[in-house]
Amino acid sequence: MNPLVLTAGTVVSAIGNGLSEQGAALKARRSGLTPCDFFGITTGYIGRVPGVEDHVLTRGSGEFVCRNNALADMACQQDGFDHAVQEAVAFYGADRIAVVVGTSTSGILSAENAYQEVDPQTGFPPPIFHQAGTQDLFSLPRFLAERLGTKGPLLTVSNACASSSRAFVDARHWLEAGVCDAVIVGGADSLCRMTLRGFASLGLVSDGPTRPCDAARAGISIGEGAGFVLLERAGARPEAPVLARLTGYGVSSDGYHMSSPDPAARGAVIAMQDALKLANLAPGQIDYINLHGTGTLVNDAMEDQAVSAVFGKNVPCSSTKGWTGHTLGASGIIEAMISIG
Amino acid sequence: MRVVVQGVSIWGPGLSGWPQAERVLRGEEPWQDGPVTPPPAQCLPANERRRSGALTRLALALAEEACQQAGFQPSALRGVFACSNSDGAVVDSILSAITTEGGEVSPTQFHNSVHNAPAGYWTIGHHTHVPVVALGCYDWSFTQGLLKAVAECVVEKTPTVLVVYDLPIPGPIGKVRITENPFGCAFVLHPDINQQGICHLDIRYDAAFAQHDHVAHPDLVKLMHTNPAAMALPLLEKIATGEEGCVKMACLPGTLSATVKPC
Repeated sequence: MNPLVLTAGTVVSAIGNGLSEQGAALKARRSGLTPCDFFGITTGYIGRVPGVEDHVLTRGSGEFVCRNNALADMACQQDGFDHAVQEAVAFYGADRIAVVVGTSTSGILSAENAYQEVDPQTGFPPPIFHQAGTQDLFSLPRFLAERLGTKGPLLTVSNACASSSRAFVDARHWLEAGVCDAVIVGGADSLCRMTLRGFASLGLVSDGPTRPCDAARAGISIGEGAGFVLLERAGARPEAPVLARLTGYGVSSDGYHMSSPDPAARGAVIAMQDALKLANLAPGQIDYINLHGTGTLVNDAMEDQAVSAVFGKNVPCSSTKGWTGHTLGASGIIEAMISIG
Repeated sequence: MRVVVQGVSIWGPGLSGWPQAERVLRGEEPWQDGPVTPPPAQCLPANERRRSGALTRLALALAEEACQQAGFQPSALRGVFACSNSDGAVVDSILSAITTEGGEVSPTQFHNSVHNAPAGYWTIGHHTHVPVVALGCYDWSFTQGLLKAVAECVVEKTPTVLVVYDLPIPGPIGKVRITENPFGCAFVLHPDINQQGICHLDIRYDAAFAQHDHVAHPDLVKLMHTNPAAMALPLLEKIATGEEGCVKMACLPGTLSATVKPC
């Protein structure tokens, strides 16, 4: 593939606002997980982003006010991301910059709150509830485009916990096809009753803080966060810094079960082999693997199988969800940024 | 970006699969409002079919018909599934449960609430590892999905099925997010323009906003605005009538131009 470059990147999670805070927390082995105290739910631990409840959106219409967009806005304020996007806009023109982002639940917390105030006579949610600007999946790229001043096409990818990693692939398709010259890629997912209660109903939430890859692991801890990068063609804007190059990817479906991974790990093996092939790299040339590492019994066993099959036993690998929690649709972008370092 | 359309499907009020819908769109058969009853998903075992719900039934019926028409096995196609509302009935039920004292969230409902559930059932039903992306782009789910599917088809040089579908939402959300009818459509796109097919499709994104073209069929004008997926009707009509021409459609924040040329 024609190589792409990441010219800016930013992240917000339970362990830090911005890359340097997050990096310092990882080096100090400081976890952001705390006992769950979210709207009366007390099952397990959560990775809550400090300050998100009080955050006021810097720009953008009032219709977009929700927890998910607050996380996205906080991320835009970090790591010089705002400024980097403005430089790209000045170079390429706003028309040529797309937004491709992943989220699994968008601002559904706003809908949950609205359901508690439904008018018993009419069945209507309260007028303050702006469904399209909050709960709807397309809210996130619309907010980002308005906030950052881009006019290229928008896309929301909602492939559950693969949303923001899959967004890189969709962004690459638009770049390679010439639909745009740069893409804001990433995603956001925020704490809500729906995922906390839903994963608990599947029996997948650990009572204690999640312990991925541990023999005694007992499930996930849900976190929240957001992160974005600026992805463009290598060499197109020579003065832009290069944080990393995107040289290969692989995508597959498990095609196995709605909520349980294929124990033979066939889908994961295909994805990793395709990524290596496209990047023209041998397994031994990989220095580190950031695992999905959710901390459930079956996921981590499946990944062990997949990584061993493709890479053998010698490539260092780890999960970082013990520090951030499982940020669901945002996990791909957050863990990509951790891997870049 | 140019591709060949090799298969099409529609399910909506008075539009029951491509052969019948094509006659209606050509004006050869009158349009009559009626219930939308796509066939059950044959690829799913009976218990999965029961658990999967109406949205998956609609999405899979569309994808199956378009694939059959194009003569492709699902395992040969990358997938782009686009939908605005997810499974509104499931989302409404979960929201009611979590905001009601003592309400319990059903695990089956929770996994059906994820936006890529129909895409998941599609790959599980066909035992395939092909990539399928699930997009959610509100009223523009069809055009953003088409722009994505055509780019994916051309860049990956692989036939791609685009499936766009939505259902009305019950409960409080449905009071403010109004989707009046079930509707869906699907297209099988081929990257090799020397292949036989129904028509060539040339797609272009322009950041300048233009009005969305209307469907010419007088009975279908109203239908177009009752479901996000029905925004495809002007393009579907152009394809059905076998005319050469260009359809302009809103694609946030700009416009998608689709030039149709019969094969």
